[in-house]
Amino acid sequence: MMSASVVKQRKSLNSSTFLLVVTIALFAAMYIAGMIIFSEKGFANPQMFLNLFISNAGLIVIGCGMTLVMITGGIDISVGSVTALVCMSAAYAMEKKGMNAYTAVLISLAIGIGFGLVQGYLVAFLDIQPFIVSLAGMFFGRGMTSIISTDMISIKNTTFLGWANFRIYMPFGTYNRRGIYQAAYIYPTVIIALLVVLILAIVLKYTKFGRSLYAIGGNQQSALMMGLNVRRTKMEAYVLDGFLAGLGGFLFCLNSCAGFVEQAKGLEMDAIAAAVIGGTLLSGGVGTVVGTLFGVLITGTITSLITTQGTLSSWWVRITLSALLCFFIVLQAIIASAKKKGQAAS
Amino acid sequence: MLNQNSTLKKITSHKLFMPILCLCVVLLVNILWTPNFFKITIKNGVLYGYIIDIINRASELVILAIGMTLVTASSGGQDISVGAVMAVAAAVCCQILSGGATSTNSFQNPLILAVLAALIVSVICGAFNGVLVAKLHIQPMVATLILFTAGRGIAQLITNGQITYVRVGVYKAIGSHIGSCPIPTPIFFAIITVIIAYLVLNKTALGLYVESVGVNGSASRLVGLNSTKIKFLTYVICGLLAGIAGIVNSGRIYSADANNIGLNLEMDAILAVALGGNLLSGGKFSLIGSVIGAYTIQALTTTLLAMKVPSDQLPVYKAIVVIIIVILQSPVFRKYMTARKKKKLQNKTTTTKAVKNKEMIEGEQV
Repeated sequence: MMSASVVKQRKSLNSSTFLLVVTIALFAAMYIAGMIIFSEKGFANPQMFLNLFISNAGLIVIGCGMTLVMITGGIDISVGSVTALVCMSAAYAMEKKGMNAYTAVLISLAIGIGFGLVQGYLVAFLDIQPFIVSLAGMFFGRGMTSIISTDMISIKNTTFLGWANFRIYMPFGTYNRRGIYQAAYIYPTVIIALLVVLILAIVLKYTKFGRSLYAIGGNQQSALMMGLNVRRTKMEAYVLDGFLAGLGGFLFCLNSCAGFVEQAKGLEMDAIAAAVIGGTLLSGGVGTVVGTLFGVLITGTITSLITTQGTLSSWWVRITLSALLCFFIVLQAIIASAKKKGQAAS
Repeated sequence: MLNQNSTLKKITSHKLFMPILCLCVVLLVNILWTPNFFKITIKNGVLYGYIIDIINRASELVILAIGMTLVTASSGGQDISVGAVMAVAAAVCCQILSGGATSTNSFQNPLILAVLAALIVSVICGAFNGVLVAKLHIQPMVATLILFTAGRGIAQLITNGQITYVRVGVYKAIGSHIGSCPIPTPIFFAIITVIIAYLVLNKTALGLYVESVGVNGSASRLVGLNSTKIKFLTYVICGLLAGIAGIVNSGRIYSADANNIGLNLEMDAILAVALGGNLLSGGKFSLIGSVIGAYTIQALTTTLLAMKVPSDQLPVYKAIVVIIIVILQSPVFRKYMTARKKKKLQNKTTTTKAVKNKEMIEGEQV
């Protein structure tokens, strides 16, 4: 009996780390394959690798927020339009209202937290399905963006551009065709994104809040019986997710330096795909932010592989990503049903 | 007096009361806003007017809402891929009709072949969703998320990223009107679909099976129903109906526009189901309620557009309506309302008791 329970525990531990291992291996395989196939197009260049982080800094932060709500068993599909709204509001505030860049940061975070508060309240205290709530949030955000402005606003604020173009050089680099040494660089956004991952990884693993999230996602009823304040913790998760969506939106804005209605369309899908590919279970209770980081890197690699290839059209990105998402969802379903069978057998 | 009260209660407690009330409210607002709202004239041999416009434009939504109602009832989740499936069906249909060219003035292949192919593809899409939901037990919205994103990509792949035009009278007729018939064709499509769905669900046991699976899947399996098969079937039907809606929509603009056909329509279809008084968590459903819901949404859309609200701002208002509806439907809110009602009743009884006591005391004093 003892040994049976020990075996079962090890098995369940394995299945969640198994997904993480699959993710990291897939990323490594894809990137190495890219390096071999497109070596003459600069895929092996270290800058190319850093570009993955640069262009996806916002997505990493948003994906981490998504991971939090998915661990509780929820979902948030409003993040793409929150990003568009954040970019548009920041651009509008700086360019049309003459506010400074610091106010724009505050506005961005306030928008994110606002979305988090409303959606969190509806989900946690009124027991409405997260998907419906955030679907409404998604349409609301996109509509509000076009109410602010239907034209594209490009940002010319000097402080903002100073942040956006501040390069941090790395101690390594490459020589270009003319033989001139070029140090590899990153932007501050990358450091912020990686800090978010680090902090959240610690919070999830070592704090009461983190453990409560897993407990709620695993089984809400037993979490309630254990004496956890389920509603409050869920609310906190959504507010934190909203905050991260606001922050991620601002990082996205630093990357694009503009606000327009169609911006970040389908970003929610990328964030969900990243979390799922990173091993977060859609049914809740399982997931890590490190997995999500690798999930984002995989989606980024697909995009850069297809753009480097050059002849494939942009819609292939969506199709490949959906196929990959499908693969991981089915894999999770199979693991979940195998686990159920295992439990029934023991 | 008492009799009147009870008939009033009967009417207000009818499950179609709220949907019809919503529709009436929207129409009433319109009458106050636009005086010539109910005016119907004939222009170029077709009926013309606000009302006709609403009924005509709502056709695709009505067709989608039927499928969405079934999916919601059986699985307690929604299919968000219907808009994308519409785009795929339209792309297949137009691409076969044009024989691969971006624009054509005559059918390269028979119309019936193209329509059949489009419907088969949409059934396959529905079956894909059905397998993920019914067989692999994946949350419906997440399972359909795959086609939601991939769908438009696939449609673009089929049309080579271009808009395929089919400039043939017969194809245009699908979206406008046949010959000298003054009623727009999409209305017929909607009516026929509703009638067939109604007959199938009410004259066979399918409707009952769907409700039973939605209320309790494992219990209905114990009774001997194949709940997996029934869930799967509802997704297939939903896919098929999305395909029909896609062809109708493509007939309207006689082209396949992968990026715009059925855009945001999944939201409207879910909203129609909710407005129809159906619980989004599954179980008992009302087909007619959803159909009324669909017309209400189109009436709302047309009203907002008539009020000069730009079309890209519409989602804001719709989102607010959705949130209000789901809050009204939420179990917590309902519990709150019944608790309040009870309290009111209790207060009433205590006050009547107090009054009686007072009377008694007064009586004793006298």
